[in-house]
Amino acid sequence: MKVLYGIAVALLVLAAAAVAYAVSPRAIEAVKRPDPQSFDGATVAHGERLALIGNCAECHTAEQGEAYAGGRAIPTPFGTIYATNITPDPETGIGTWSREAFRRSMYEGLDREGEHLYPAFPYHHFTKVLPEDIDALYAYLMTREPVRNEAPANELRFPFNLRPLLAGWKLLYLDNGRFAGLADADEKVNRGAYLVQGLAHCGGCHTPRNALQAEKKDEFLQGEVTENWYAPAISGDVPAAVKWSENQLADYLTGRWVEQHGVALGAMAPVAHNLSRVTDEDVVAISAYIASLMEDDTAETDAEITGAVGERPDSGDVGAVIYAGACAVCHDASPSPFAAGLPLAFSTSLRIPTPLNLIQIIENGVKPPEGQPGRYMPGFAGALTDEQLVALASYLRGRFTGRDPWADIDSVVKATATEGSAGAEISNAE
Amino acid sequence: MITLRVNGSTFDTDSDPETPLLYVLRNEMELNGAKFGCGLGQCGSCTVLADNRPIFSCLTPIAMLSEREITTLEGLGSIDDPGPVQRAFIEEQAAQCGYCIPGMIMRAHALLLQNSAPDEAAIREALEPSLCRCGTHLRILRAVHRASDGFQEQTSAAGESTQ
Repeated sequence: MKVLYGIAVALLVLAAAAVAYAVSPRAIEAVKRPDPQSFDGATVAHGERLALIGNCAECHTAEQGEAYAGGRAIPTPFGTIYATNITPDPETGIGTWSREAFRRSMYEGLDREGEHLYPAFPYHHFTKVLPEDIDALYAYLMTREPVRNEAPANELRFPFNLRPLLAGWKLLYLDNGRFAGLADADEKVNRGAYLVQGLAHCGGCHTPRNALQAEKKDEFLQGEVTENWYAPAISGDVPAAVKWSENQLADYLTGRWVEQHGVALGAMAPVAHNLSRVTDEDVVAISAYIASLMEDDTAETDAEITGAVGERPDSGDVGAVIYAGACAVCHDASPSPFAAGLPLAFSTSLRIPTPLNLIQIIENGVKPPEGQPGRYMPGFAGALTDEQLVALASYLRGRFTGRDPWADIDSVVKATATEGSAGAEISNAE
Repeated sequence: MITLRVNGSTFDTDSDPETPLLYVLRNEMELNGAKFGCGLGQCGSCTVLADNRPIFSCLTPIAMLSEREITTLEGLGSIDDPGPVQRAFIEEQAAQCGYCIPGMIMRAHALLLQNSAPDEAAIREALEPSLCRCGTHLRILRAVHRASDGFQEQTSAAGESTQ
């Protein structure tokens, strides 16, 4: 009884606070779109690099749509959210937003009219960003071509469709502190931490979320499922066969092929493509910070890795037969450098807690971004039955990592097969 | 021994279970429509259908196929009586060296089975895994459009005859 009473009081307090918080936001007066000429070129260029680091275009651009004009569907456990138009169109975009309104949206998750924005827009990361960087982003966005495009209305279930409730979410989960800097870290690592925790919002995919979709602070970058891909742990115990070096991370983050690790795929592919267009120092800084988060003792020994490779399978195993006939030609001593697949003993996808990524890769293959050079793997959707896919995936996991079979493999294969998603590089996530 | 079902007939083979289907088709069954190009699933010239879905026969071990219906170029028609996609490729003269064409035809056929009136984007997407070095892509596109007309006539004729 006492516990129930306590919970009731806590809920009441929370609700009252939420109401108080909810009624407070005010509209910020509409302005005439600032003259693009009024922004300094260097600031705009800086803003462009920041927008690439923030991966803004990824969510704010619909498939086949104009850049930043919104409309992309973002699935959530509560329904679909449609990304907004952030071109300076006065009616459907942010053309009437002042610098102050833009800053407030980034820091407080409120639109110009004072409506709460859903945290699919990761303002809980942007609170870390310096005001001058926010202003540079504003300069960049306000100098884009305005595009008239009304994003579809969100399709969220009750009560998640009620924006005032987001005030409560913010009370619970929005940390308003700017980036404070890391003690005991050099300038490069600090710069990386500033970008990773703030604008780049890596935790948006890589940090596990609670039931209300807030990132669990004590599991920072520990791995999470996002739009049918698993964003692996990139801090602490990392599911890699060999430890990532800073240089390998920098190559990976810019979309290059990394021996012993592979190439950015799925939701990470567009991130890497964007990062390939920003200054090297920022990528090096991000790599240094991420490398500093990875534990040293995660790597398996060389003997364990090489021991797995070359061990011949039992020919009665369907998975072994499929690997030998369909995979080994590229993944095991490929005849062509252009078709050299990752030796699977190095595969991260085989070491993560879910077969999602492996199934995505087998079904849809690997393609470099449109018009870019890179490694190619054909997709095997249609070639493998569900049973064969399960047999192959289980065999690969056992042979190349020695780990226990995935418990959920049957359901993952079934779900992926019914969805029949498009090419591996196309899928995106926030 | 593995039993394959190819173009409506069965075929028994003693080849190893990991043997690529392409080798059995060409070397044992003498069905030479599917071609060996790269052997790596990158060019598409070995494409055949398994249960009407395109597969790279160079990367498909026969052990995977014992319960599935395989269709090769030879299954779509003959020189005397070509199928609608083959006829359209001939009418548009959509080949130069011709090496990729069996794969292109199989992919086009699989597409039309799913969608008998594909738009250009759908055709391009479906044929994307097949490479052509001669550059006959525009003729290939025209041929698939033409085949689509043939498919629709065939479908509507079939529809009328059942009424």
